[in-house]
Amino acid sequence: MIDVLIIGSGGAGLSAALAAKEAGASVLVVGKMYPTNSQTSMAQGGMNASLGNMGEDHISLHVQDTVKSAKGLCDEDMVRHMCADAPKTIAWLEKLGVPFSRINKEALQNDRDPNASLKTIAQRQLGGASAKRACYAQDYTGLKILHTLYDTCLKEGINFLDEHFLLNLIVPEDTVKGATFLDIRTGEVKQIDAKSVILATGGYAGIYHGFTTNMYGASGDGAAAVLRAGGAVSDMEFIQFHPTALKHSCILVSESARGEGGYLLNEAGDRFIDELKPRDEVARAIFSQIQAGQHVYLDVRHLGEEKLTELLPQEVELCKLHEHVDPAHELIPIKPVAHYSMGGIDVDYALEVNGIKGCFAAGECSNAKVHGANRLGGNSLLEITAFGRFAGENAYKHSIYASSKPADETQLQKDRREIASIFSKKSSISFYSYREKLGSLFYKKVGIIRENSRLQEALEEVISMQIAQKEMGITDKNKTNNQNLIEFLEFQNTLLLAPAIISAAIARDESRGAHYKVGFEEEDEDFKKHIVLQWKRDNQEGESTL
Amino acid sequence: MNIKILRSETNTHQSYTLPAGEIPLLSALVYIKETQDATLTFSAGCRASVCGTCAVRVNGREELACSYKVKPGDIIEPLQYHPVLRDLKVDKSKAQETLRRGTTWLQQFQESPLSHEDEKRTEKQTDCILCDSCYSACPVFAVNPDFLGPFALTRAYRYTEDKREGNAKTIIDNIQNNGVWDCTLCGECTAVCPKNIDPKMDITMLRSTSLQYGHSDPSFAAQSFGTPDFGGGFGFDPNAGF
Ligand SMILES: Cc1cc2nc3c(=O)[nH]c(=O)nc-3n(C[C@H](O)[C@H](O)[C@H](O)COP(=O)(O)OP(=O)(O)OC[C@H]3O[C@@H](n4cnc5c(N)ncnc54)[C@H](O)[C@@H]3O)c2cc1C
Ligand code: SF4
Ligand code: SF4
Ligand code: FES
Repeated sequence: MIDVLIIGSGGAGLSAALAAKEAGASVLVVGKMYPTNSQTSMAQGGMNASLGNMGEDHISLHVQDTVKSAKGLCDEDMVRHMCADAPKTIAWLEKLGVPFSRINKEALQNDRDPNASLKTIAQRQLGGASAKRACYAQDYTGLKILHTLYDTCLKEGINFLDEHFLLNLIVPEDTVKGATFLDIRTGEVKQIDAKSVILATGGYAGIYHGFTTNMYGASGDGAAAVLRAGGAVSDMEFIQFHPTALKHSCILVSESARGEGGYLLNEAGDRFIDELKPRDEVARAIFSQIQAGQHVYLDVRHLGEEKLTELLPQEVELCKLHEHVDPAHELIPIKPVAHYSMGGIDVDYALEVNGIKGCFAAGECSNAKVHGANRLGGNSLLEITAFGRFAGENAYKHSIYASSKPADETQLQKDRREIASIFSKKSSISFYSYREKLGSLFYKKVGIIRENSRLQEALEEVISMQIAQKEMGITDKNKTNNQNLIEFLEFQNTLLLAPAIISAAIARDESRGAHYKVGFEEEDEDFKKHIVLQWKRDNQEGESTL
Repeated sequence: MNIKILRSETNTHQSYTLPAGEIPLLSALVYIKETQDATLTFSAGCRASVCGTCAVRVNGREELACSYKVKPGDIIEPLQYHPVLRDLKVDKSKAQETLRRGTTWLQQFQESPLSHEDEKRTEKQTDCILCDSCYSACPVFAVNPDFLGPFALTRAYRYTEDKREGNAKTIIDNIQNNGVWDCTLCGECTAVCPKNIDPKMDITMLRSTSLQYGHSDPSFAAQSFGTPDFGGGFGFDPNAGF
């Protein structure tokens, strides 16, 4: 039996795998795509660590900025843990060979200091930060970290099982014993037994289908599996909207564009907000402009062609390709869209899932209470590597004492029946049109500016979608490589999470960070708490099993 | 507007009608799957040319579906030299195997504060998104499936050129067999790379580093001249010397 089963092969999963392996565990990493396809590849702006390479900075300032942005909803001990680990995590990545961008410091060339390498790492300022704190690799930071982690996993002989879709956790008596997967290629449902499990399945902002920077498949599969298995999720209402996505394609223009001096302009050519404010404030300011009938643009023309191709090569390409504008000479049309899920699987100080022993969660899928009501740019890449490793170590520790008696096949048989029934069911409604509907419903009614009456409407619509779901299914009946089936399972997961997000948003009668509610525009001390959701065990019977 | 897509079940090009207008190929594929034919199978992720998932062949040339703008009459096919799993979806698991064989990772870290210029030396190579386009375009795979191939070699180059690498020789040693010398320097990989990486140049550089480490071109003895003739197909056996 494997010691540590890691589900999800993005930055968090790979970091966890390396740490667990280093600690001595046998490790298997399972993912629904190939590791390098993960959303981590999309991160552009940077990764925070108070190295102080470009002027004074301290861990305490990083903690302060993070806590301030979190608006009272983070756990300060967890934040301190993460920020204190940041320089060490960068040092670790440096030793693996991550090609960070550099500044020249001639004096260092003969430095014997064991950390001399770190001192030439360039840093840039992202929104809400009080110093130039984000380490980056041009604007391919996530890509280059992910690929270097992957190379290192190959070096360490880590085993991968790609194209396997997590269906359910196996949790007899509140302790995880493994999980069931659909082998996408063959269509078989399989059980994998393990002493510890780490969920690293990424976020759920993909629910805003058509209004998100996220990749296809950011459907919160891990969080949905935890809910079905009796574990808890929390802070689900906190969804971060990124201020600057390309207007038509929703592709992200990284915050570093503003960090490097880009301006936001309305049609009249006026600036209307300090661009370096935290994301929630900037996103709301832009959204208000758009609601007032304005078009909003990002202006980076003054940075000049040379600087743009040096610092933001990817953005320049994407603007030309998707908006037909050349940022060196034209304004970039933008709008704010869903970008990051602050909430997720509820975990404790060891990143163990609340309600499921032996199961850990790291990265965007988990709520380790470090982002609170509003995540700072550059803190997610930090979280996935620092806490990915922490989860790997803790999962190994758990596996030492965990029983190696495998679970029976109850869950496996149940899931086989469920998949078979999806195949045999006739589909009279296309779930694809509902995926679109759900996305725009969320953007309109569970979006940047919320209102109780509209949240209620959204909840009712979601419930009627859940009823209609019974008529939905797949039209592709081929057993192998059935992407239609995968997308249906993903849609079901988003539909399962939808009421959790909306109910939490309704319950939170205040405005805090990314959650802004009309009629309740102020922070309310009474709500300085996490909204934790868990299905009652006896309620579970009636619910769908997948 | 009509485009044709090679379907694996029937092994024929199926025609699909799209609304007029300029859209990325990926949006067209999604549109077809959602509204016309849910069985059409392809892979995609980021829509932003960075996850490497969506490479296909359009009119015989490798393209990222998310960055290629569809034109009337386009013929869409899966990548070459990869087992087709279904329609446009291919098996890319060989990538992992070639990277493992090439030991394309930092072998041994040595302290070295890199400069901005050092960063630039491997910047392009580390832009690789592992999309497999170059593998699909490389003619060597038609005759030698064991070739390490362009992106693995580019990655090997990337680590050997890193000043933090304290043991470049190991990588160089590991890319001799079915590696640097089997490339025909035809430049197809360079021509198709969506990230403007130049694997051919990287391979040329690796050859000269190999010579520095005492390796030699194993096929050299078998050839009358240093440069093989590529005029009509292959002027030499890529496996020569093994
Ligand atoms: C466009 C963009 C730009 C960003 N820029 C930055 C930035 O500059 N700085 C920063 O700090 N953060 C940034 N972020 C956020 C950051 O990239 C993500 O939060 C982070 O990469 C998440 O990593 P992860 O490992 O938790 O998840 P992911 O990288 O999303 O990986 C999830 C993994 O789980 C797998 N998986 C999912 N469901 C299943 C299932 N059912 N079965 C099996 N496997 C499954 C996936 O295949 C994948 O391998 C950005 C995000 C986006 C979208
Ligand atoms: S070298 Fe270019 S074509 Fe080849 S895998 Fe990398 S990005 Fe794709
Ligand atoms: S240059 Fe070499 S690696 Fe590139 S396509 Fe030609 S033979 Fe293949
Ligand atoms: S979908 Fe990611 S590269 Fe095209």
